Amino acid sequence: MSSHFSPKALSRRHFLSLVGGATTVAGGGLFETIRTFAAEDPILAGRPLVRYPEKTDLILLTSRPPQLETPMKYFEHAITPNEAFFVRYHTFPPPTHIDLSTWRLRLGGLVERPLELSLDDLKSEFSPTRLVAVNQCSGNSRGRSEPRVFGGQWGDGAMGNAEWTGLRLQDLLRRAGVKTGAVEIAFRGFDEPAAPTIPHFAKSLTMHMVADSPDILVAYEMNGQPLPTLNGFPARLVVPGWFSTYWVKHLAEITVLDHEFDGFWMQKAYRIPASPCGCVEPGGTAAHTVPINRMKVRSFIISPKEGARVPVGRPVVLKGIAFDAGYGIASVEISTDEGNSWRRAALGQDLGPYSFREWTAHWVPTKRGNFSLLARAVNRVGESQPFEATWNPSGYMRNVIERIQVTAV
Amino acid sequence: MRRTFLGLLLIPGIAIALGASVFPQVRSIELPGDNAMAELKPGPGVEVVHANCIACHSTDYIVRQPHSDAKRWEGEVKKMTGVYGAPISEADAKVIVEYLAAAYGPAQANARKETKPSKSGTKAP
Repeated sequence: MSSHFSPKALSRRHFLSLVGGATTVAGGGLFETIRTFAAEDPILAGRPLVRYPEKTDLILLTSRPPQLETPMKYFEHAITPNEAFFVRYHTFPPPTHIDLSTWRLRLGGLVERPLELSLDDLKSEFSPTRLVAVNQCSGNSRGRSEPRVFGGQWGDGAMGNAEWTGLRLQDLLRRAGVKTGAVEIAFRGFDEPAAPTIPHFAKSLTMHMVADSPDILVAYEMNGQPLPTLNGFPARLVVPGWFSTYWVKHLAEITVLDHEFDGFWMQKAYRIPASPCGCVEPGGTAAHTVPINRMKVRSFIISPKEGARVPVGRPVVLKGIAFDAGYGIASVEISTDEGNSWRRAALGQDLGPYSFREWTAHWVPTKRGNFSLLARAVNRVGESQPFEATWNPSGYMRNVIERIQVTAV
Repeated sequence: MRRTFLGLLLIPGIAIALGASVFPQVRSIELPGDNAMAELKPGPGVEVVHANCIACHSTDYIVRQPHSDAKRWEGEVKKMTGVYGAPISEADAKVIVEYLAAAYGPAQANARKETKPSKSGTKAP
């Protein structure tokens, strides 16, 4: 798999041509676009919109390795379009040239029958399973950590929700026949780091967890289409309810191990404090850490937008999304008085327990002035969101109650 | 796009052999270059940063990080050398830390606050 990247910096002119679509919408040049984002969210101030292959205009976090953030407007609907789905790579270059005539998914290690399967094999020899699931980066919203932490300074758009089609990992393992003594399963993509010293991206799940999770897929379709190249073509792991770091893209090797996987991205990176909240005192360090795992409950107000002006005496429609790790959302509540009182939002269509759940609420501002609008979700096992943001050294798992400011006029 | 097209031209024989699947057998994209809007601040040692750091990652990995003192920046540089195996000499690493602490140090921490939104000009993206 070769790459065709040439690491020359974009000229400003070239850059302007890349953001042409956004320019039209925003009615100005590149700097108009940047100011638009700055006005909505200080974390995104100064970030340009860029259009990568097979993608629409996304917010550029970093270019090499590429990290592209989804603008919040796409979360007005439960399903995130493929072209708007966020992109995140750990190593460079990502695969840019993929030939299905040579690509194979290999399953080996502690199994009776090692497998080597083409994409056609995956599609024709196993029954397809479809499910809708949120894929959220561990560090989504990291830019809001206070005190600030090193790492990708994401706003809230390092997440997306899609219908994934693929085969069950359990079916694949059944075909191969897992031998007794299996402890973990390691997953490796075919993307190769630029230098041999850089750890290859690979993750692991415990055999216990996999045996317990029929919904883990090897997915080859996203919203009914082949995966976008930058989202893991031709196949990626889908671990519903767990953070994206486990959703290994460009899947190439699955290895059943009789021991704990010793890879860098499990042992050194993507670890959270071992406390129940996965957090420590702001600015502190954790004596004991564990691999990050399932997502916390979150909800977002998508409309109205931060800074909106709304008329006094008329109903304002509040819309947003909520999600958790797969128990399912039981309720979403909104508050317009700093959390002194809450009222229930109406939940939208249930697309499955791992999906974004749309919600809608109405509010009539009775007087002029500035208001904070708050949203909080509760899942079916009673987990909710805290008023104060929890903190950990890597800026993972943010799930504080979100608030937006609007002005009634 | 051109590469994708070439790729498609090269494989119709294979596609037919596999049962005339309309699914393209070759996927090929070209990525844009680095973010030209994320230039490193000028300062002593910036050329050493370009020579060492930018071989592996774009400048936007640096300019967006929290403004930090030399000790914290040293931790990041050590992560690059120790964990990711970046071949940076000790002498260069020292210059890099000094540059980062000067250009992106606590004294510059207010830079982010200056970019807070103005009240006017809100438009949907």
